[in-house]
Amino acid sequence: MAIHNREAFLDNLAEQLGRTRRTKVESPVYSVHPQERVFQDATQGELVEKLEEQCKVIHTSFTSTKLETLGETLRTVLNDYGVTKVVGAAGPRNDATHLSTVYAELQSEGYDIHLWDENKGRENVTFAEQAGAGIVFSDITLAESGTVTLFNDRYNGRSISLLPETFIAIVPKSTLVPRMTQASQLIHEEEKKGNPVSSCVSFVTGPSNSADIEMNLIVGVHGPVKATYILVDDL
Amino acid sequence: MSIKIGQKSYGDRIQDGLSNSFMRKAVSGAQGRFRSGRLKAAEELGDWEDWRTLGEEIRSHTMENLDYYLHQLSEQVENRGGTVFFAKTAEEANEYIQEIAKKKQAKKVVKSKSMVTEEIGLNKALEKSGCEVVESDLGEWILQLDEDPPSHIVTPALHKNKEQIRETFMKKKGYTGSDDPVELAAYAREQLRQDFLEADIGVTGCNFAVAESGAITLVTNEGNARMVTSLPDTQISVMGMERIVPTWEDLEVVVSLLTRAAVGQKLTSYITALTGTRLEDEVDGPEDFHLVIVDNGRSKILGTEFQSALHCIRCAACINACPVYRHVGGHSYGSIYPGPIGAVLTPLLDGYEDHKDLPYASTLCAACTEACPVKIPLHEHLIRHREIIVEREKMTTKAEKMMMMGFAKWASTPAAYKLSTKMARTTLKPWTKDEYIEKGPGPMKGWTEQRDFPAPSKERFRDWYRQREQRSDH
Ligand code: SF4
Repeated sequence: MAIHNREAFLDNLAEQLGRTRRTKVESPVYSVHPQERVFQDATQGELVEKLEEQCKVIHTSFTSTKLETLGETLRTVLNDYGVTKVVGAAGPRNDATHLSTVYAELQSEGYDIHLWDENKGRENVTFAEQAGAGIVFSDITLAESGTVTLFNDRYNGRSISLLPETFIAIVPKSTLVPRMTQASQLIHEEEKKGNPVSSCVSFVTGPSNSADIEMNLIVGVHGPVKATYILVDDL
Repeated sequence: MSIKIGQKSYGDRIQDGLSNSFMRKAVSGAQGRFRSGRLKAAEELGDWEDWRTLGEEIRSHTMENLDYYLHQLSEQVENRGGTVFFAKTAEEANEYIQEIAKKKQAKKVVKSKSMVTEEIGLNKALEKSGCEVVESDLGEWILQLDEDPPSHIVTPALHKNKEQIRETFMKKKGYTGSDDPVELAAYAREQLRQDFLEADIGVTGCNFAVAESGAITLVTNEGNARMVTSLPDTQISVMGMERIVPTWEDLEVVVSLLTRAAVGQKLTSYITALTGTRLEDEVDGPEDFHLVIVDNGRSKILGTEFQSALHCIRCAACINACPVYRHVGGHSYGSIYPGPIGAVLTPLLDGYEDHKDLPYASTLCAACTEACPVKIPLHEHLIRHREIIVEREKMTTKAEKMMMMGFAKWASTPAAYKLSTKMARTTLKPWTKDEYIEKGPGPMKGWTEQRDFPAPSKERFRDWYRQREQRSDH
């Protein structure tokens, strides 16, 4: 941890700008705010519709369910993909949504389930690399772009949403906001309050893709090949 | 190494570009698709002009206070367990990174696509210190196997067809499959997985750093940047010093502008914001993080009339709109930054001597300026470059000099500037037949000898777009 060569570097910039170094800058007031107008008055229900529509564009399956039937829905999704080896995020939300029970049941039926565990270190990554599906919760969901926001932490390793072939995001309806504007406002406000941002914030919009070979869209070049969002009506 | 690619003269590069018919078709096809994607995305978002205004205001404010924001960024990165290195030159940046590789006894380095590491020639420096360097972006990987430079900012291997890619895979990797893009990509996926898991160091660029929190954000579709930053224990991110925004709220705006203007997506598949090292209770992510902030000639642009060139967010919208790029392809620019922004930036970073032809690689039709999501007056900068070349450097012929003096007058008054794209058409009238120019003057000769050149459009983009908007109101 160190900072090298800073002062000379920044002094030169100030000199080029024709002034002395600035140690304080007022936050500017910008003349326009178009970002706040997008889906401004949309209800949660309307945002769900926008999200579902956008999922078609981003090659992502969309299903919605009630909290009581989340386990059943998850089982169907896994069966449809033919996946039996699963890595999932850990943490209190699993208990709150009864996913813990569902995982336990699946395990007893012969599924190979691994929940992220900091004590197991690198083993988590090795498992994720071989898993058929990774399951995470969306922290903030952006309706406009069909994006789930993941604040990666000790319960939710970066690899869960990245290494398995299928990416499954559980989307609590209450996490829906119009667009990235609201997610970044929230992070900005927390930063101002002195609550530092997670070491990795991942905005994930569907499966990995590329248009590098003759502009053909190819899905799953490095990350997941398939993606499903399960919206849970938790309100 | 500089940002210059290859040793051929500008004229030879143009000839190469023109004689590569696959490339020419690929480029114009891509331009069409990117361009209509951008227009559609801008339309969907609504208030596109307000978005551009906001983008411009954010970029200007940031550049005016760059010393302050870079200071804040470095403090935050250090707070989060990272090390920051300010590099005045390419050499300084490379030496620092070589030093880390040595300390880590690194054998393998995986990289995600980054223009600034191209610019400073990092791969060569790392190879010199005994590391194998693997580019993990699919397009870049193909080019690396073939030892070919990129030709487009967003789709670097645009000039290659699938048969050529298959052959490269066969020759270099012993691939035996078909030339189906899906199969080719699956093969690359499988090969690269191994590299990610084995690598000691991950190197990334940086689309935007966020000063308030110390985050480095990477905007990608493939997810390779996530691999590069999740799996190896050491992460090095290299950023051009101007790639910074003050806050998360600003980040959101420039990211929205970037993804829409680049490929017409609302957001790319992955936007990843990484802050410092992994926390104590986290399993994946780097335990050692270095941010290298590179000047390499950029500070010379600050405080000059070209300062807004530093506002560029590398979306390639200007490239996709440019009729000259369409005709000659990315390699003709001889720079890792092609298209209109490349023609503006390259002489600023690397001097006029090697790049004095670039400002002439433009019809001054202003399509680039109209396309730019942060309103950089690209064609005005090109005119100014030409003036400088004519006046100060005395590098051009008398006829061109006369022409340039005319251009300078147009550009100096706003009303005349507004007319300038219409006038470009008038000026070229003597050479125009139907919608094409058959034998162009001065710098256009090289192209028009080979192909007819499209005359500047009768309808300017802005007029066309306004009409189009009115039509869709009905
Ligand atoms: S100059 Fe403008 S349009 Fe061109 S790449 Fe930069 S931001 Fe995009």
